Amino acid sequence: MKGIVALICGLAFGIGLALSGMTDTAKVLGFLDLFGTWVPDLMFVLGGAVAVTVIGFRFVLPRGQPLLGSKFYLPTNAGIDGQLLLGAGLFGVGWGIYGYCPGPALSALVYLDMKTFGFVAAMFAGMALAHATTNFKILPPFLQTGR
Amino acid sequence: MMIEFLTPLAGGLLIGSAALATLFFLGRIAGVSGIVWGAISHQADNSWRWLFLLGLLAGPFFYHQLANAPYPTPSPLSWSYVLIGGLLVGFGVKMGSGCTSGHGVCGMGRLSVRSLVATLTFVGTGIVTVFIVRHVM
Repeated sequence: MKGIVALICGLAFGIGLALSGMTDTAKVLGFLDLFGTWVPDLMFVLGGAVAVTVIGFRFVLPRGQPLLGSKFYLPTNAGIDGQLLLGAGLFGVGWGIYGYCPGPALSALVYLDMKTFGFVAAMFAGMALAHATTNFKILPPFLQTGR
Repeated sequence: MMIEFLTPLAGGLLIGSAALATLFFLGRIAGVSGIVWGAISHQADNSWRWLFLLGLLAGPFFYHQLANAPYPTPSPLSWSYVLIGGLLVGFGVKMGSGCTSGHGVCGMGRLSVRSLVATLTFVGTGIVTVFIVRHVM
């Protein structure tokens, strides 16, 4: 049952990404091109999505547990630290360079463009690299959060 | 213009609804970078992650088939953009503990200040990067 629900959630998420234009790098880069020919589409995508979660989560979280499980798996780290800022900052640079964030990059694999496969492979390499650097403590202390 | 924003808005509402359902039924945050990392690093209770990812790929496939919508035009950018962009996105989301879906859609939905800061940061550096690439370089 959990598996079927996860599949349907993923399906809806993926359809949403394709429908909204997030899998189109030109639209994403157009949105980030605030000082050029700005494409506002993504504002409506994020706005629509956040409107649903802000309202919906208010009703879901007080229930204490999900319908098909015993607990909510929520992030416990609420701090704002060097890792968060550097990580988010570098992610934004990569997003602005090519126009994909992780979800749309994975969804766009079905278009069978070789460059998307290259992007996803590089993305996995980047994740592994970040995992290794944070685990082996080769970063300066202010970037270590002891995770 | 009045109609043009309805499609991205509908897509956004669908993304938000999927994230809401993921929390309501499974108790999980629908953050794609976290889900994909959990899947490939063999975390416990993993089958839901692979099925979510299967849906994430199947969704666009069915959408384009059933709605008879053309695929987006492939990016004209060169392979150096592909690889450097991908590397930075992967490194950044892992170090920053989330991407557009985890911090942007779900974190902001939880009214998390940490996620709001992350979202403003990556949208900000994204805007600066596009400005430099398109208007300075």
